[in-house]
Amino acid sequence: MKIEFYLNNDPHEIEVDPAYRLLDLLREDFGLTSVKEGCGEGECGACIVLMNGLAVNSCLVPCGSILGKHIITLEEFRKTDRYEAIEKGFMDAGAVQCGFCTPGFVMATESLLNQNPDPTDEEIREGLSGNLCRCTGYNLIIKGVKLAMEKGAGLW
Amino acid sequence: MVNAFHPETLSKALEILAENPCTIMAGGTDLMAQKARGFAIRPVFEHPLLFINHIDELKQISLEDNEIHIGACATLSELLESQLIADTFKDVIRQMASPPIRNLATIGGNICNASPAADTLPYLYALDAQVEIQSQTGLRTLPIREFIKAPKTNGLQNNELLTHIVLPNKEFDINFYRKLGQRRGMSLTKASFHGLANVTNGSVTDLCLALGSVAPTIVRCELTEQLLIGQSFINIEEILPTVLNKYSEIIKPIDDARSTAKYRKEVSIRLIKNFLLGLGK
Ligand SMILES: Cc1cc2nc3c(=O)[nH]c(=O)nc-3n(C[C@H](O)[C@H](O)[C@H](O)COP(=O)(O)OP(=O)(O)OC[C@H]3O[C@@H](n4cnc5c(N)ncnc54)[C@H](O)[C@@H]3O)c2cc1C
Ligand code: FES
Ligand code: FES
Repeated sequence: MKIEFYLNNDPHEIEVDPAYRLLDLLREDFGLTSVKEGCGEGECGACIVLMNGLAVNSCLVPCGSILGKHIITLEEFRKTDRYEAIEKGFMDAGAVQCGFCTPGFVMATESLLNQNPDPTDEEIREGLSGNLCRCTGYNLIIKGVKLAMEKGAGLW
Repeated sequence: MVNAFHPETLSKALEILAENPCTIMAGGTDLMAQKARGFAIRPVFEHPLLFINHIDELKQISLEDNEIHIGACATLSELLESQLIADTFKDVIRQMASPPIRNLATIGGNICNASPAADTLPYLYALDAQVEIQSQTGLRTLPIREFIKAPKTNGLQNNELLTHIVLPNKEFDINFYRKLGQRRGMSLTKASFHGLANVTNGSVTDLCLALGSVAPTIVRCELTEQLLIGQSFINIEEILPTVLNKYSEIIKPIDDARSTAKYRKEVSIRLIKNFLLGLGK
């Protein structure tokens, strides 16, 4: 199937199996390895990317659904001020250990703050409830998001 | 490579379905998880894929004649954002999956999957939702309980699409929803309970209650509800044993990896009891 879509702001036209997972397209065909596969079934959030500005699990998205869509991965998002605020917040809080889950948490944080720039602790937990981390125990990540909100005040 | 269709309009989609057996792909959160085969291995589908979740006509949420019409491809996130959707329904949706899954998952997919653990169903049963089904030859409407036939089986023919869900535009004084699972949201429901009621001057004027994951399909018993409607809170306490017995008979849970039949039954009966005794508080 021929599809046109935007990846990290560039238009692309590709021939692809419509059932191929967006996750595989991004990693295998475009070399965007910030997108991780943890579980392959929507449980862990390591594969989260933005589709038209909203966080989605790329392991559940068939390529046939991305026609005309704008996909943003961490490789592009890291060029923004918002990313810098999140990076500083996560680093200062010690929200990163092995780092496998981190790209997914960063993208989920962006999506959360984009919709709700001033979330409560409970809302942060709810917003990140689709992401698993085997290392940090989550509290440090919540703290990281709060620091990012301070550092990036006004950006969202 | 599987074949695929990506029609721009509903009528085009129905035309394709009339000519080809297809696998209908909405958000894909159920289908892709079921068909996953591992890293960089293409999921295989027997039939061509018919992508529908971009079709505008299937995404609208509108209020017509005091009924809410929800397009089958409205995502759970879009329902949460809509001002037309009742808070009692939003309470249910907020406890489903996670934000990124809700950005993909559609209400139509949740219904068509016909899982006894599908979390929109108890509410839709409680409100006597209707579903609109279209094929190239026409439109038919079914009550939700007739649409869901058995676990994993819905009432669609090969050439039909679920297009809309129609709900009465109704809020209730009392809304009591509990979803029991291992991890809030993300886990499949072990048991769920939704009780809705209106009360005036110490008695019940309207009431419906539905239970999920405790029988092959959602449990709702109008006969028992009729017994309760019109009663004062004091009378409800008196007839409580009869009511609970009735539900005990119709709740037929199973043992599975998530929970046991015994737990499911006990917890459901307690939830009904708490809801009914709480009406006067
Ligand atoms: C990690 C995870 C967590 C989840 N948590 C929950 C939860 O808490 N509660 C819950 O209830 N569910 C949950 N689910 C299940 C799933 O997300 C929902 O059932 C979702 O609403 C399905 O919608 P979809 O659009 O993704 O369906 P799809 O996968 O696209 O389709 C599901 C089925 O319905 C058919 N179909 C879809 N739309 C139509 C239509 N309009 N007409 C005819 N047939 C159609 C498809 O052919 C397919 O058989 C979860 C799933 C995952 C992966
Ligand atoms: S790999 Fe997609 S959610 Fe785990
Ligand atoms: S830092 Fe290791 S999984 Fe989160």
